[in-house]
Order: sequence, then structure tokens, then C-alpha cells
Amino acid sequence: MDLLRRTLRTGFAQVEALLDRVFPPTWQPLYHLGALAFFCLWIVFVSGLYVYAFFDTGTVDAFESVQNMSTSYWYHAGVMRSLHRYASDGMVLFMAAHLLREFSLDRYRGARWFTWVTGVVIIWLVYVSGITGYWLVWDELAQFVAIRTSELVDAIGIFGEPIARNFLTPGSLDDRFFSLMLFLHIAIPLILLMVMWIHLQRLTRPEINPPRGLAIAMLAAFVALALVMPATSQAPADLGRVLGRIGLDWYYLGTYPLADLIGPRGLLGLLGVITVILLALPVMPPMRRPPAATVNLEFCNGCERCVHDCPYEAVKLVPRTDGLPFEHEARVDPALCVSCGICTGACPTATPFRQRGRMIAGIELPHLALKDLRALTDKAAEGLAGDRRIIAIGCDHGVGLEGLGDQAVGVVRLPCTGMLPPSFIDYILSRDLADGVVLTGCAEEACQNRNGIAWTEARIEGGRDPHLRQRVPRERILRIWPGKTGEKALARAIEAFRADLPDQPSAKAVKRPAAQPRPVVADHE
Amino acid sequence: MNKPLKWLAQGLVLALIMVMIGFLANRPAYTNFPEDQAMIRLSFSHGGGRPDCHRRTPEELAALPPNMRAPMDCPRGRLPVLVELDLDGGPLFHALLPPGGLHGDGPSRVHQGFAVPPGTHTITARLRDSGRTDGFDYEREVTLDVAPRQNLVIDFKTDAGGFIVH
Repeated sequence: MDLLRRTLRTGFAQVEALLDRVFPPTWQPLYHLGALAFFCLWIVFVSGLYVYAFFDTGTVDAFESVQNMSTSYWYHAGVMRSLHRYASDGMVLFMAAHLLREFSLDRYRGARWFTWVTGVVIIWLVYVSGITGYWLVWDELAQFVAIRTSELVDAIGIFGEPIARNFLTPGSLDDRFFSLMLFLHIAIPLILLMVMWIHLQRLTRPEINPPRGLAIAMLAAFVALALVMPATSQAPADLGRVLGRIGLDWYYLGTYPLADLIGPRGLLGLLGVITVILLALPVMPPMRRPPAATVNLEFCNGCERCVHDCPYEAVKLVPRTDGLPFEHEARVDPALCVSCGICTGACPTATPFRQRGRMIAGIELPHLALKDLRALTDKAAEGLAGDRRIIAIGCDHGVGLEGLGDQAVGVVRLPCTGMLPPSFIDYILSRDLADGVVLTGCAEEACQNRNGIAWTEARIEGGRDPHLRQRVPRERILRIWPGKTGEKALARAIEAFRADLPDQPSAKAVKRPAAQPRPVVADHE
Repeated sequence: MNKPLKWLAQGLVLALIMVMIGFLANRPAYTNFPEDQAMIRLSFSHGGGRPDCHRRTPEELAALPPNMRAPMDCPRGRLPVLVELDLDGGPLFHALLPPGGLHGDGPSRVHQGFAVPPGTHTITARLRDSGRTDGFDYEREVTLDVAPRQNLVIDFKTDAGGFIVH
């Protein structure tokens, strides 16, 4: 499983690196796959409402009304019909890519199992929604879908009369059937929307809509596709004839031809096995997660910053329990915590300037507490030589830092760069541990822990508490987010940063120690 | 990469995504059934007869609780249905269809298609749903001209007198 995940991650990282050269981070489609799937659903809903006004139910009326959209009213209803269809296909494409990418990033186990499992339910609902839609057109493809789907349902073996017998002869189907299908085609997507809402329940500020520019570009691309390659009906359904060669929508119906090889029961079994495997993935094997963050009530005043910054809704504010004169205290739900440490970065008490005996933050990771963080920083600074000394702070998931450590560059590796309280930058520069600080990690917009990069940037820019003090010279800080494959870009950027670093006035007065053997990377493991 | 070149590349990536969506939405074509063949589909749902009731002996009755001492023991299940289909004198399908339902009290079902070459064919269908041990309760023979891709359905309804050809 680990090999499969790493192989996929390597593949995604390469494509991401390629697209990073073309798109600005906010527009990069691979960083917004879930939101793009959502966006496709909105297009499907709006276009579906529009075409519904032109749709008639009935064995003859259904086909004719849909056909009419593409001929008499091609310039509006026809375009909407094409949008309805292609956005549905787009949803499957983005959903599949989203699933594979989240798997490759190991974001499906541990605290994230719930999001993964609800995602599997979404897959089924998307397919059922799409398949019931194809049924309504009542062309040859609809006939194929109707017969194959009913054979699949009959394979379950719980219905007395085979459903497939409804499609035996032209006379065996009546108009009420279309009313039923229409009801299902409206009801199931509404259930889908509800499950998608549940899917996002364990995420703080989930990204439901892609960035506006990307959304506009994607919508324009869908409209262009609808105009260049309009969705059309195939020949009208005729139950008196067997279907020969038909155009198939492989996104929704790609598994149906397998029934020719393994039979409807075999296909049903295969789909069931795939579903069970997907559902069981979070425990194959379960994630060995570091301990969840803990709250040290003595230092927590219930300021709520960690609650706002936690990307997974793992920190809640509850009434005070220890008698201290504050209204609330933070409480961590270990089942939701992914141990990213972003809460420590948000805690105003997490400062390395504290006295050694009280080097405890209001909220911290037990295995990487505030004192450990300061020890890591001090260790990274040990023996740094020269007048362009750098401390690079990165994360476990982004660009590799191993190649950076030398006599002039010390390295600190954290679970997430967002774990770094901004006061540590002040500490490094004001205590002359280094002449410059480099903050790096995942690619921008692709933080493993969703908000680590955004919060780090905002804290330095002063847009989010706790912010970096004004006295800290910003020209001594380099923020670069090159992603997993950006070692060379990072090395080049650090080289340029070092060359441009202004002389440290205070540093000139300090006698620096001679270079000593030192660890290449100070990390938390 | 300069800005216009980036825009061009962005457009190309989006176009590639759309081509992927548009292409697989309808292509490649799939052959569901050979165009030069016809289909004979045997499809029905029919409940076999009930097994004969058995009169309980005094010993059997005494072994039962007083409130369950019905003199006749009539099993809930149905008999399996034997069905045969011949094409031009040769066997095409032969099956003993078990009754459906958890307790074997539901109808026996079959829904199966057979590809046959088009042309004139004699089709013979036979069905046994009673407890008899040989012969059939229903039989029908038809000679039909079958066209390519025709969907010829052989159904069974007791009310209609047995086999029906659509």
C-alpha cells in the first residue's frame, strides 16, 4: 500500500511541478480538485433546472423533447443540455483525480477516515444520479442503460419480479416510469448534495468553490466544449430491437461492458468488493499517528486563536473547568487531531522568549512541545559560520531539506511549517542565531494540512494573530513554497537570498564561534 | 515563461481537460451485440405448483403442541419449474429453475438471451410446473422469420395459456 501511495505521489508531484510552471498557485487545477468537482455539481444543478423546463415525460415525448432542445433551441437549451452532460462527466473526472490525490497524500487515514468514507458514499451517489439521467433521454444509450442497470439490480436477488422484464418489449414500458425516473434524478442529486455537506463536516473553512478565476476559466471551457461538441441523442430507443454498436459515456458506464465477461452478478460482486476495499482503506493499515495536541490550562486563557486556525475542527472552546478567571478554555478532540501543530503556531503563549522553567505553551504537541521547538532551533543554529547564516524551517511533507544543511544553513523540520509561532523568527534574528530565516514546505495552495502556508504568510504579513513583530526585518525572511519536487528551486532561492541579505548591524559586534561539527538537520523525530 | 506564453499554456491545459471529457463522454463506441445476429430472450417469472399436502398420522399430531395440530401438513414452498427451449430441433436451453424467496415460496425466474443467426427458425418451448415426473405441462412450437438485431421475446403467462411470443 505504501509503495502504491508513494508511486502515485511521485506521479502527482511531477504533474503538479509541470502545472506550477504554467498556472499561478491559486489557479492550479490539481490543488482544487474537490472544489472543481463541487463547481461541476453547481453547473449540473443550474443547467438541469433549465433543461427541466423543456423536458416532457413519456416513452415518445421524452426523446422528442430532449431532441428538440438540441435542434430547435440549440443556442440555449442545447448548450445547457451539453453543459449538464459534460459537467456531470467533469465531476466524475475531478472526483476520481481528487480521490487518487488524497490517497497519494495519505490524507485518508487517522482523523481523516470520516471524510474518506463519506467520499466513497458520494461516488455511488454521483453514479446513480448520472445513470438515472441517461435513462431519461430514452435513446439507444438509455435503452442500454435501462437494460443493463435493471439486470444489475436483479442480480441482487431481492425483487420478486425481475425489473429487466419492464424493458422486454415496446409495450411493456409506460409513461409513469419516466415520472419515477425523473423523481429519482432530482431526489438522488439532492441527497448527494447533503452527503457532500457531511463530507466537509470535519474541515474548517472547506473550499467549496474554486478560486474565481479558475471557476470562470473552467466554465468558459465547458461552454466552448458544449458549442464545439454538442451533446446529442442517439437513435430513439426501440425495445423490439437489440442494440448493436452504441456510443458509451465511459465516465459513468465504463464498468457496464464488464458484465459481458463476468455477468451481472459478477459485476455487482466486483463493484461491491471495490467499495469494501475503498471503505476499508483507512485501516489498511491504520495510521500510526503521533499523539494529539494537548492543552496546558495554566497557560491557556481561551483566546480562541487555536480554534480558528485548526484546519480540522479538532479544537473547541468549552467553559472553563479549572477556576481560573477566564470564560473559556480550549479542548482538543484527539479523534479529529492530525498532530500538525498549527495550533501551537497560533498560540500567543508559544514564544521562545519565555523563561526556561516556564517554556510551556497553552497548546502544544506532547512529542514536540515548545521547549523542544526552541531546542531544535538552537540546535540548528549551533556552529553556523560566516556572515550569511541561514536557518531554514520546513515541513515533513514538502520540499526535502536534507540537502541544505551545511556550515551556513541550519535546518529545522516540523510536522507543518504552520506550527512555527512567528515569535521564533524574531528569536532567531534578534538573538543573532542566524542572519536570515527561510520558511518553506509544501507547494502554495497545496499544504498537506490545508492552511499551514496561508496562516504562516498571514502571521508574517500581520493579517492574522499572532503576528510577527514589526521590529523583525522582513528582508531577512524568505518565504518560498516550491512543493515536493522543488529542491533545486529552493537551493537557488536560498543562494540568491543569502547573496542579497543586508549586513546584520548587530551581528558585527558579536563574536561568532568557530565552525564546529553540527547536525545537518534538526528535526522532531 | 512570459505571461502570454503562460496564458497560452493555461488554455492548452484546460482544452486538454475538455477534450478528455468530451471524448470519453461518447467514444470509443461499444458493440453491445453483434449487428448480424438476432436475439431470442426467454424471460418469465412463474410460480411452480405446491407440493401435495400430507395427512398427519395420530403420532405426528400428538408430537405437536395442541394449538398446532392441523390434520393436513401443506408445505409452504413451491416446486421448481423445469423449462426447455429448442431451436430448430436442437437444445438451446434447459434448466430446473428453483423457486425464489427465502422460504422457496416465490416464483421461479429466468431472464436469459441467446444470440441466433437471422432467418427462419422453429422454436419449441416446454415447461413443467407440477409434481409430475415426466412430460411437460405446457408446450408451444412456433416457426418464425427472425431479422438481424430483432429482439424476440418468449414469455410465459398461465392466464394467457402458456408461452407467448413477442
